Amino acid sequence: MNRDLRFTALKKTPFHSRTSLASRTNKYYNWNGFTVPTEYSTTELEYTAARNGTSVMDLTPMCKYMINGSDANKFVDYLVTRDLSQMEDNTVAYIIWCNEDGKVMDDGTIFKFSNTKFMLCCAVKIYNWLHDSAEGFDVSFEDATDTTAALAIQGPTSCSTLKNYGADDLELLKPFGMKQYNINGYDVLISRTGFTGDLGYELWTDPANAENMWDSIMEAGKELKIRPFGMHALEMTRIEAGFIQTNTDFMAAEDSLRPVRMRSPYEIGMGWLVHLNKESYFVGKRALKKEKETGNSERCLVGLDIDGDKPAVGSVIYNEKKEDIGIVTAAMWSPTMKRNVALASLKRPYGIKIKENIFAEIYHPEELEYKKIWAKCKVVKRQFFSPERRNKVPADLYE
Amino acid sequence: MAKNTHDVIVIGAGHNGLTAASYMAKAGLDVVVLEKNEWIGGAAVSRELYPGWKYSNCSYVCSLLRPEIMRDLELYKYGLQIIPYEGSATMMRNGDYYAHYHDHDMTINSIRRHSHKDAEAYERYSRDVLRQCKIIKPLLKMTPPDLTSFKPKDLFGALEFAKHFAAKDELGGLGEKEIYDTIRFYTMSIRDYLDEYFESDITKAHLAGSAIIGTALGPCSPGSAYVLLHHYMGEVDGSVGAWGYSRGGMGSITKAMTGCLNAYGGEVKPDNEVVNVITKNGRAIGVATKKGDEYYAKKIVSNLDVKRTFLKITEESSLPGEFVERVKNFKIRGSSGKLNIALDGLPEFPCIPEGDPGGGGDMHFTETIEEMEGAYDDWKRGEWSRNPYVDMCIPSKSDPTMAAPGKHYMSVFIQYVPFNLANGGWNEERKQEFGRHIVDCIAEFSPNFKDLINHYEVRTPLELDNEVGLTEGNIFQGELTMDQLMFNRPVPGYAQYRTPLKNMYMCSSSTHPGGGVMGAPGANAAREVLIDMNIPQTGNYY
Repeated sequence: MNRDLRFTALKKTPFHSRTSLASRTNKYYNWNGFTVPTEYSTTELEYTAARNGTSVMDLTPMCKYMINGSDANKFVDYLVTRDLSQMEDNTVAYIIWCNEDGKVMDDGTIFKFSNTKFMLCCAVKIYNWLHDSAEGFDVSFEDATDTTAALAIQGPTSCSTLKNYGADDLELLKPFGMKQYNINGYDVLISRTGFTGDLGYELWTDPANAENMWDSIMEAGKELKIRPFGMHALEMTRIEAGFIQTNTDFMAAEDSLRPVRMRSPYEIGMGWLVHLNKESYFVGKRALKKEKETGNSERCLVGLDIDGDKPAVGSVIYNEKKEDIGIVTAAMWSPTMKRNVALASLKRPYGIKIKENIFAEIYHPEELEYKKIWAKCKVVKRQFFSPERRNKVPADLYE
Repeated sequence: MAKNTHDVIVIGAGHNGLTAASYMAKAGLDVVVLEKNEWIGGAAVSRELYPGWKYSNCSYVCSLLRPEIMRDLELYKYGLQIIPYEGSATMMRNGDYYAHYHDHDMTINSIRRHSHKDAEAYERYSRDVLRQCKIIKPLLKMTPPDLTSFKPKDLFGALEFAKHFAAKDELGGLGEKEIYDTIRFYTMSIRDYLDEYFESDITKAHLAGSAIIGTALGPCSPGSAYVLLHHYMGEVDGSVGAWGYSRGGMGSITKAMTGCLNAYGGEVKPDNEVVNVITKNGRAIGVATKKGDEYYAKKIVSNLDVKRTFLKITEESSLPGEFVERVKNFKIRGSSGKLNIALDGLPEFPCIPEGDPGGGGDMHFTETIEEMEGAYDDWKRGEWSRNPYVDMCIPSKSDPTMAAPGKHYMSVFIQYVPFNLANGGWNEERKQEFGRHIVDCIAEFSPNFKDLINHYEVRTPLELDNEVGLTEGNIFQGELTMDQLMFNRPVPGYAQYRTPLKNMYMCSSSTHPGGGVMGAPGANAAREVLIDMNIPQTGNYY
């Protein structure tokens, strides 16, 4: 029977023939309108591949936009809070952008090819916002989400895997660098970026090359402990790395139904990306300047180290008087660090001035009964795990 | 001449009259509902006008009926089941179409076929409209405060009302910007509102439909954006803005309400038209029927619209002159017609691909807002729209009880149709001409449509007035514009369901929060009656 796929809600990525073959669980979820695996075999094994060998993840559903035009450089600098005026060609930068009220819309990465050509990668659709913001700039936009296939290749042996695949001298690529290759007859852009907080790369190519690229990389990593990696495992690695996720750790300003849920960069630990001394104006600068001057940020996003071994998923955070002071946005037991960690959004001064005597109320399910745990928390640096190999140049090779 | 005494008389067995009656009967009162027609239901009826087919011949879809009311009155016990829509579509003359689906991602993919930017703008649009729905939802079950009164109840009421707009809390958490947005939303035209989000004509035309259904406003008229909100604030199980069919037709709603009323000892008496409210010393004490019977009660609640209540069945001399003037000025202009069609099979609409769930709900063929405004221009001249906006659906696609298997019932709502037809008004011949015109319009999009027609019923505003009792055929029992909403509905100073006559109340859609098969006016009015009688109330509605 042939199904009419026109009325199917979710699209397949160019890797679908391979990811669905690799899936032993047949578990999928909706990522930005695409069907992608949540888990291929077991999350623990996939997670371990990212810390032990090479993990492969289909990144195609990420929003990808090409920004072209003589004002592209100026426009990008106007769009984001970070000062990108000194950004070099063929590098990548981590960025956030705000609306005019200084509330964060999303975070992402910007790839600079030249002053007239950029690529923006992010979680939330922004095509409309780009157009709305572009008045007066000579720029044009192309939504490359469907026309660019992307894979994340992450883990200690990832550099060796990609060298076997044909990425010569890749070990010399610096973190946040990018390099254009031609492998097996196709253009492949490789950037040293990722969401696991480990050594890792992201590959960007034509969808026509997707199946060949997947097969070749799987072959190249065969002896390097390669394994496809689903969303659950990525969630674990990103929490360990302290990376934030839009609409999980904070609400994207444009998605917030309740205006009080919108957050400024200072309220989600992203103040370091706001360059108020940037000469030119950028979207939200006025509001952010005011917030910085008055110091009236209401919340903060911090890392918590929590007693015990029960993950504090969805927990409410209290002070010693049992007053509600915030909520856990992401939590896990870290298999690598053997620590019970969480990201939490707290009401200031908790998390900033008061870092002790904070408690998480954890409801731990035990066969149809909940055990209520009152666990002591310590406010710690959000970047829980950052191995030396992550930023090493040349990158570690396994030969 | 029989004399009958009850605790409460409700005039009119529409959904609001029955809601009010059921709540009062549930609270222990002896309630009788007097209905002029031989059938029950007002504008929420299922009628077999052609053997084998059931027509929802007035209202035809359900979304606004408050879930708290369904719960309090246990309407499921008496057979009520709502079936959600699968989707909706607008057909285009070039053979293409535009579709909306129950599934959000499918809708996004569909809009993207017409405009990439609009697909993303739709996310922002749905968030903004949802925010407005959330603001308005708690207001639906509140009695509007009298802003000129210093009674504690009104002061607290005004505060409650204001809180929903201004409070920085869970209800809305609105900032200044959002309050401005709300005010803009209530006063803008739908065209201006949609222009702020969308670029493609077809997207705008499809979305604007909800802003003109039932109203005598055009898409360019200020205030039409609110009408869209009014149509969106319903829900089908928490899915805001979702519409559905009532299984067995709209009559199932009023049938279930009657079931509830009977269970609590109340009674509906059809074929008993009230022609006069009997007053004594400024108090309403009873009613007289056309048959010559008199009924007396402690409280009288009118489900008739405000004009019928005070200009037709109440002696003008018993009312303050200013009040009567206000009632006369109440805007209640008819603008809609309807065709109910018995089909021998499923009509084909080649624009919509076979199997597309977009064809499962409401279908339209208006491609631009300009076309819509053109349809309105015809109405202003007293003509029916030559190129009308239609909201057509085939409930029998989802509901097995409307027609025999393989047969279908189609409901076609038409905007705009005048009450006062130019050049001599409505007569049978012109009514049939209007019906044929609509059939021709639909046949343009469906080659086999005409061959499948067994029978059809044509409804103009005149029928809605004469038969159902909606003045001028206005489906909302009064225009939904800011000057006639909340504490202004129906008349400033009388927005709390009470009237200048002691012991007489209003529960029709002429009162807050207005029209649509919502039940909220009925439930709110019952609450006020019970307060005045010092009868304790329970339930989810209060």
